[in-house]
This record gives sequence, C-alpha cells and structure tokens, in this order.
Amino acid sequence: MANLFIIFLSALLVNNFVLTRFLGICPFLGVSRKVETALGMGMAVIFVMTLASLVTNLVYNLVLIPLNLLFLHIITFILVIASLVQLVEIVLEKISPALYRALGIYLPLITTNCAILGLALLNVIKGHSAIQAIFFGLGAGIGFALALLIMAGIRERLELADVPVALQGAAITLITAGLLSLAFMGFSGLVKL
Amino acid sequence: MDLRREFTKGFVAENPIFRLLLGMCPTLAVTTAALNGVAMGLATTVVLVGSNCTISLLRRFIPPRVRIPAFIVIIASFVTIIDMLMAGFFYELHKVLGLFIPLIVVNCIILGRAEAYASKNPLLRSLIDGLGMGLGFTISLIVLGSIREILGSGTVFGFALLGEGYPPFLVMLLPPGAFIVLGLLLGLMNKLIASGRRPQAASFKTEAGSL
Repeated sequence: MANLFIIFLSALLVNNFVLTRFLGICPFLGVSRKVETALGMGMAVIFVMTLASLVTNLVYNLVLIPLNLLFLHIITFILVIASLVQLVEIVLEKISPALYRALGIYLPLITTNCAILGLALLNVIKGHSAIQAIFFGLGAGIGFALALLIMAGIRERLELADVPVALQGAAITLITAGLLSLAFMGFSGLVKL
Repeated sequence: MDLRREFTKGFVAENPIFRLLLGMCPTLAVTTAALNGVAMGLATTVVLVGSNCTISLLRRFIPPRVRIPAFIVIIASFVTIIDMLMAGFFYELHKVLGLFIPLIVVNCIILGRAEAYASKNPLLRSLIDGLGMGLGFTISLIVLGSIREILGSGTVFGFALLGEGYPPFLVMLLPPGAFIVLGLLLGLMNKLIASGRRPQAASFKTEAGSL
C-alpha cells in the first residue's frame, strides 16, 4: 500500500509529467488559456490516462510477452491508445451525454498527447504491475490536470499584465511555465523512488 | 519546380520550433547538451523523410477516411526501426534520449507534414520537404542545446568554452531552464522579425548564441 502511495505521489508531484518530464507540452500550452477549458481537458486526461495505463499494461503483459512480439510495442501502444480514446468517446456519448458534452472536444486531442504514450512506455520501463499501473496513471493524470489548472489561473491573470510586445503569446507562456517548473523542483526529494 | 524553396522553408520561415511551435516535448526535454540535440534532430529527420516518402508513394491507395491511423502506423514502424538501430549502434545516446525516441511517434511535426504535405505531393517534393523540415528542427535543437550547455556547464559539444573558473548555472540544465531559454529565444525571434530585419539562418544563429 505504501508502495502504491509513493508511486502515486511521485507521478503527481515529484516527477510531474508536464513540468519535469516534458510530456504533454502541446496541450499544456494550447488549452491553458482559460480555467474552464483547462478543467475540462484535465478531467478528460485523468480519465483516459488511468484507463490507458491499465489497458496498455495488460496488453503488454498478457499479449505481447506470451506471443514474443515485444518489438511491436510502440505500434501496439499507439493503436491501443487511439482505439481506446475512440471507444471512450462512443461509450461516453451513450451513457452520459452531459459528461460527453463537457469532455467531447478534448477527447480526440488526447490521442496525440505524448503523455499517454509516455505513460505506457514508462510502465514498461519501470516494470509496473497492473495495480501499480493504475495508481501511476491516476497520479500522472491528476498531476497533468494540476499543472494545467495552475497555468490557466496564471494566464488569466497575465492577460491583465503589461507584457513586452516581443514576449507576448507563446514566449511569456513558456517563461511562466519555467517559473512554475522551478516551483515544482521544490518537491524533489519528497519521495525517493 | 521551386525545390530550393521547399528545402529551405523549414530553416527559418516555417521553422517547426520557433515559428510553428510544433514538437515541443522532445525540444525541451533532450536539449541539455548540443550533442543530444543533434542526435534527436537527426533521428526525427530520418523518421520524417521515411514517413513522408512512404506516405507520398501510398497516397493514392490510402482511403481518406482511415488516413490518420494509416499514417500513424507508418510513422510508428519507422520509429521502431530507428529505436532498434540506435539501441544497437549508439547505445549511450539511446540511453540519454531514453523515452523520447519512441515518443517521436507522437511528434506533431511528423504527422503534420504527412497530413499537410506528403499526402498531397509527389515523392521527390515530399522527400525534400521532409529533409528541410527535419534539418530545420535539428538546427533549432542544436541552438537551444548549445545555449543550455554553455550556460549550464560551460561547454559546447563537450569542449570547455568558458574556462575552469566558470561556475555552472545548474538551473539551465534542469527543466525550468528549458522553458525559460526557449521562451526568451521566441521573444528574440519576435523582436527580430518585428524590427523588419528578416533574420537569415546564419545571423540568427549568432544572435541566439550571444543571448
């Protein structure tokens, strides 16, 4: 149990996917303009990440290893993730139209989010079991949502600030992300893994 | 046939990193040293050229409705090849770049070129486009990697540049440094373009180097 908590906390704060591992920078820069959209994207990512982490882990251990097809793992993972996202979209539309309306537009974007593929590959590198993979995915997803929300909050305030012309847009966003990342460095050493 | 323009557009005018803001994850993650930038850039270039050529040859056979999955499978195959080749021949570099070699699959530059260019153009033009974009990406990675390496450890490509007494500016090698250097470089690019001087590739490099 303690082990699972450490995996969770490490993915959430210490090795935050966006700010220290540089995974999922595109949506982080693209969808962080408003807190509301950031929240929607964050929720969608938490959901898909937890699911994708478990499913790719099961596919790896129950299909690729017995069939001795490890060299296909990159292709397999990206196809599994793409179909999973599609499936989630279809199921969500039937079961909960309200949730679908809230998350709908963010779901297709998630397929090309490198954080998801990175998560699947990290599970392999770290040799996580299925239950560890769930906690790792959950921590990574919440960590992504957290970073996205903080960034969106800062950027909403930044709209009112007097930024030099040359630095407006992506430049000031990246510098802000740098300062945020500096703050997250403070978590290093919180847990040893 | 303006192949020369197709080739050079990726260097400055449509530079994937500084102008189009594509492929940010590997850009920020691997540029702790100039050499890593070269390796990552060239690996991406090989995948880009390979996938561009294949997609261009198959463009009449891929049904439009399933083109994106088809593109991704083609790209993933090339990435698998590169991943194995690098693990076999450049083991040390492969270890440093780690996760980001397989992650070339989801680099938006590659899918972007496949969708926007290779699926509509003949073989030769797609090849030139892939090569130009890939080299533009590589150059940007080297610029960013060099700046971070100079400030962070006082060396370029492993050669001591700033002498023994230089205290390493460690933050530049850590994640915050990546964000801040790239942000300032983007600002510099904006400033150069706004002031009306169209920066040529060479002068841009020296400007960025003296930052």
